[in-house]
Amino acid sequence: MTSATPSPARPWALLAELTHACPLHCGYCSNPLELTRRSRELTTEQWTDVMRQAGELGVVHTHLSGGEPLLRRDLERIVTAAEAAGIYTQLVTSGVGLDQARLDALASAGLRSVQLSVQHADPRASDRIGGHRSFAEKERAAQLVRAAGLPLGLNVVLHRENLDAVDDLIELGISWGADRIELANVQFYGWGLLNRAALLPTRAQIAGARDAVERWRDRLATGPELVWVVPDYFDGVAKPCMGGWGAVSLTVTPDGTVLPCPAAAALPDLDPPNIRDHPLHWIWDHSKAFTRYRGTDWMADPCRSCSRRDEDFGGCRCQAYALTGDAGRTDPACRLSPEHGVIRALADEGADATAPVRRRVPGRSEGAAARV
Amino acid sequence: MTAAPGTDWRPALAPAVVRRHDPVRDADLLLLPERVGVLTGSAAAVVGLCDGTRGVDDIVDDLAERFPGAPVATDVPPFLERLRKEGWLR
Ligand code: SF4
Ligand code: SF4
Repeated sequence: MTSATPSPARPWALLAELTHACPLHCGYCSNPLELTRRSRELTTEQWTDVMRQAGELGVVHTHLSGGEPLLRRDLERIVTAAEAAGIYTQLVTSGVGLDQARLDALASAGLRSVQLSVQHADPRASDRIGGHRSFAEKERAAQLVRAAGLPLGLNVVLHRENLDAVDDLIELGISWGADRIELANVQFYGWGLLNRAALLPTRAQIAGARDAVERWRDRLATGPELVWVVPDYFDGVAKPCMGGWGAVSLTVTPDGTVLPCPAAAALPDLDPPNIRDHPLHWIWDHSKAFTRYRGTDWMADPCRSCSRRDEDFGGCRCQAYALTGDAGRTDPACRLSPEHGVIRALADEGADATAPVRRRVPGRSEGAAARV
Repeated sequence: MTAAPGTDWRPALAPAVVRRHDPVRDADLLLLPERVGVLTGSAAAVVGLCDGTRGVDDIVDDLAERFPGAPVATDVPPFLERLRKEGWLR
């Protein structure tokens, strides 16, 4: 057999979405609108095999995520499988269900680190945004993780309702003993796009939060690492999509679909491969889903002739599709995009304080989502 | 004699760091949440000596013996310092 294309660089990271089930109902959830039912989830044996194949492919990090991965009763066995494959594990959790016994079991299976989500520094606001009373459990989970000596990351999705509380959120992270605080401005795909009117902040809010982060960075010589995930709607700059399409990381969804990013399920022309049907190395090297936007050959102008194309890869394919109907166009977040005006108008407008937040209801798709 | 600033510590891998060989890329790696460090060139040998029992000077002496003529005394202490700043060593 001859093949002219050299095989692409190996992936470093695997996002394992173990389940879409979750006790919380955040209005910006990164799960797709069409949630996978529990009965369609991969089995323990299938996840074990995913980890083995991922390790052989070159993956060294995995995020065990969801939904809420603690709802998988076999999570310990999946951690063991990742560890056996040489993969460094991070649990990405809401904290709900992380008691001492569970953490002990996970740690002895080889769990290396925990990333905890928090919705606001104020307990009541956090519970309101998450649609579930969970703040107290999060606080306890943070203590347990620290006591176990595992690195703790705090992840906060920022939007209109909590951007003014960035100082408090950073203080919360410090007092909970976080090693890393990720302040991730909300991204508008899936649920976030559906709820954009309610989530979109004002330019002043973004500027204030950015200043707060800068001030803390100056003060925190040794404290937790602060990560600011840029608000691309406001910066006029496209974000480097996943470090390049099919370049560093892959996502396996609860039913075994393998994608270059968790949002890519929404793209129409990917013919998403499934781990039940193909080996992971074939999916990475040859599937349409991974080769379609890999590298820069697929680009059209203005990206094709742009000097930044190897740095930002033309931005986000999912956003290009969501806003222009064509996933191959320049991300409208980029000020050079002919469609940038769409984003500008939205950013100038800001949120609609009266817009309802549509929340996910487990086992149902968007059409049935509850209005809260 | 007082040790020069930055040499009076006994480098060891930070608690959460995992060091492993990556057979796929044939490289030695350091792993932390969200981060991979690839140990290129002699970095693997240097980090291999960071077990918490040796001081910086001991590490320098050891490497100078193994790599005669290499600029060990000038390069290794700042390299170790950088790894400490980045959170790989303590
Ligand atoms: S296309 Fe890229 S940036 Fe956009 S959602 Fe997917 S991975 Fe993320
Ligand atoms: S035109 Fe394309 S490559 Fe250039 S900066 Fe914009 S998104 Fe990036």
